[in-house]
Amino acid sequence: MAIDGSSAILEPAHHGALPGGTWRWLTTTNHKDIGTLYLCFAAVMFLTGGLMAMTIRAELFQPGLQFVQPELFNQLTTLHGLIMIFGVIMPTFTGFANWQIPLMIGAPDMAFPRMNNWSFWLLPVAAALLIGSMFLPGGAVAGGWTLYPPLSIQGGISYDMTIFALHIMGASSIMGAINIITTILNMRAPGMTPMRMPMFVWTWLITAFLLIAVMPVLAGTITMLLTDRNFGTHFFSAAGGGDPVMFQHLFWFFGHPEVYILILPAFGIVSTVIPTFARKPLFGYRSMVYATASIAILSFIVWGHHMFTVGMPVAAQLFFMYATMLIAVPTGVKVFNWVATMWRGSLTFETAMLFAVAFVCLFTIGGFSGLVLAMVPVDTQLQDTYYVVAHFHYVLVTGALFAIYAGLYYWLPKWTGHRVDENWGRWHFWLSAVSVNVLFFPMHFLGLAGMPRRIPDYALQFADFNRIASIGGFVFGASQILLLIVIVKCVRGGEPAGNCPYEGAVGLEWTLSSPPPYHSFATPPELE
Amino acid sequence: MTCARACAVAVALFALSDRSGAEYRFNLPAPQSSVAHTAYDLHIIVLWVCLAIFALVFGAMFYSLLRHRKSLGHAAHPFHESTTVEVIWTTVPFLILVGLAWPATKAVLAQKDTGNPDLTIKITGHQWKWEYEYLQEGVRFLSVLATPSEQIGDRMEKGEHYLLEVDEPLVVPVGRKVRLLLTAADVIHSWWVPALGVKQDAIPGFIRDTWFRADAPGTYRGQCAELCGRGHAFMPIVVEVKPEAEYRAWLAARKSDQAAKAAESGRAFAPAELLALGEKIFTANCAACHQANGRGIPGLFPALAGSAIVNGPPQAHVGRVLQGKPGTAMPAFAAQLDDAEIAAVVSYERQSWGNHAEPVQPALVKNQRQ
Repeated sequence: MAIDGSSAILEPAHHGALPGGTWRWLTTTNHKDIGTLYLCFAAVMFLTGGLMAMTIRAELFQPGLQFVQPELFNQLTTLHGLIMIFGVIMPTFTGFANWQIPLMIGAPDMAFPRMNNWSFWLLPVAAALLIGSMFLPGGAVAGGWTLYPPLSIQGGISYDMTIFALHIMGASSIMGAINIITTILNMRAPGMTPMRMPMFVWTWLITAFLLIAVMPVLAGTITMLLTDRNFGTHFFSAAGGGDPVMFQHLFWFFGHPEVYILILPAFGIVSTVIPTFARKPLFGYRSMVYATASIAILSFIVWGHHMFTVGMPVAAQLFFMYATMLIAVPTGVKVFNWVATMWRGSLTFETAMLFAVAFVCLFTIGGFSGLVLAMVPVDTQLQDTYYVVAHFHYVLVTGALFAIYAGLYYWLPKWTGHRVDENWGRWHFWLSAVSVNVLFFPMHFLGLAGMPRRIPDYALQFADFNRIASIGGFVFGASQILLLIVIVKCVRGGEPAGNCPYEGAVGLEWTLSSPPPYHSFATPPELE
Repeated sequence: MTCARACAVAVALFALSDRSGAEYRFNLPAPQSSVAHTAYDLHIIVLWVCLAIFALVFGAMFYSLLRHRKSLGHAAHPFHESTTVEVIWTTVPFLILVGLAWPATKAVLAQKDTGNPDLTIKITGHQWKWEYEYLQEGVRFLSVLATPSEQIGDRMEKGEHYLLEVDEPLVVPVGRKVRLLLTAADVIHSWWVPALGVKQDAIPGFIRDTWFRADAPGTYRGQCAELCGRGHAFMPIVVEVKPEAEYRAWLAARKSDQAAKAAESGRAFAPAELLALGEKIFTANCAACHQANGRGIPGLFPALAGSAIVNGPPQAHVGRVLQGKPGTAMPAFAAQLDDAEIAAVVSYERQSWGNHAEPVQPALVKNQRQ
């Protein structure tokens, strides 16, 4: 085989020269390696944020202060929120995107492989800044993940470190989003028109546009906070003509689309898993695409519902109430479509499907409590209570996280080449699904009865439900060890997965070997 | 399936551990004002609508999960599109929402109508206490947590109203429209009494208003609802609703107390008197940060034991208490405490935890205010 210099670049054999060990992971530009890095980073962050949640639930097990003092409690709730949002859910979805998007659209890799490496390696730096601030005098940021001033003006150096950490994570997200958009728009296999793209690709495309639209808003807002803290500006201080509520408007203009950034890829995963195990195509593909886009657009005009108690003019309250209620329409369409996909299918209940079905049911509970909270007079009672805590944990844990679990169980065979141990998986599912409800459902009652969120100690009337929630929390936390076992077992070995371990799966990723070759699709596949 | 199961578990556990048997435990507290009533009713309506939709949609889903299984030999019917169905399940939810928006809109309009009040009270949130000012009456006082710190630290049995009790409750007449003007001195707080249906953020530098009209006399309890630092859980709200005559009597007593205190503030105090008053003021206003043992919290709040300011000249010490330290959590107490109270707390700090500086008399504080 005569090889001249120029054709060697195209020759797969040249990958024999790839570095191994640590250097491989530091310098990799491969979408699958980077996907794995994202997922491993998220797993470490999940354990960190999870341990914080366990400490919070231990403190709230009974009235009185037993384990942590209020200032540490506030640091734990703040870091738990920031870590779970920016360190777990977002990186996991980016990890899924890195692994799956090139496989699903028939591309060899992501569009910007070097930037891909850079967007990942920024994350550990940001995490070190954020978590490292815990060990400085005064401890970590303690003003809630929303960082409302003037409280966040009072704190120490950890606030500045957190702001920088968020800047870095934001930059990472924006680069990730640019990469994903470019890949999807330019690198699809011939014949894959937009309306033939897999739902997961569609939801990520829309999510990536949301990221590009709102991450700079967050960056700008926290930069204003930074200059208020250090350089004598008064954006958010009335003493100098500013307004603390302006921060909330800017923050939630980012924050509400952010909520959908955390849930749209989950919709995509569930829309992939359910058809596979129902053995029929997704019902209403077109309306799913339109519903996802509508939710994304509506997400820009509902931020005020996070601020119904700041004292807005009546017209603004009504506007935000109506707009928020409107979101129930496209979200409802999605739920109806999932149910219709299962209807008269030929259903089997592999662990991935169990988590997807639980998602549909439990996410909807979070959706309903969202509708309850949209009503301004009801929200007046429930704003900043445990009802809100219950609401967003139903949406983010039994919503986003359960969809991630469904996706993990679904795609791990493709990534590792081994089938998942369904027995361990079922234990993980049933323990998680029961305990998560014991954990979060009583929080609705706590909020209704009048327990504010973010308090380390509470009145005696709240003791019973807090004890129940804590027990549920400990079981839920412990159950996640099963997931680790499942993943480790699957990576280390198991029944070979073949190209496609599922009877009902469709899509380009299943035409490749498991695990797929280094450059996923060296030649673009043809769609008829 | 899973959620129903979890509810059942929660209900069963609750039944086993039931102590007080109070009926409001699964729902909002019994409403005591028109605004709270509307919110309560609206919540019930939305809840029933949600439950009906939930039963319908997930009834269908669980029917499918049970019957359309491969293990039962059910073959897949590969239908996947129906414009009619899509249009129906887009428009029907929309119409339901319009039905919900109608009563909600009426409720919002009523809730925002703060006009024609019978009395107006200005409420200022401080880290971590509430200040009440009856604007037409010239009555003003602070309201702080009355639960002893021994109960919080599990060194004493907790009382019935643990963390929901204050030294000086807000007192209002029954059946009168009370307008509240809210602001804050340091960070954002939120004044919330569930039974009265009132929650309004108190924002530094701005005034927001809200209102309530209590239906019946009684004691109603609430808490700060916006994270405001380490004492967030420890700034409760107690509202005592009294019949008009009792309210008038309370107001008169309050005014004469205030006058007596003002008259007394200028006189010289005996050292023991200063220390006794000082300890009370310190516990209510200073201990949350500087701690009861005067050691503060390293990195967050400075220690007063052995502090250079506390052991230095009294003028600097009094000045720090009067003016606070801008840019930190140390507030200016000039408007919150009178001369005697500041002299007392400063004296207490100067003579406690191993500090041995001389006590301060109210006259010095008065002098320094000018």
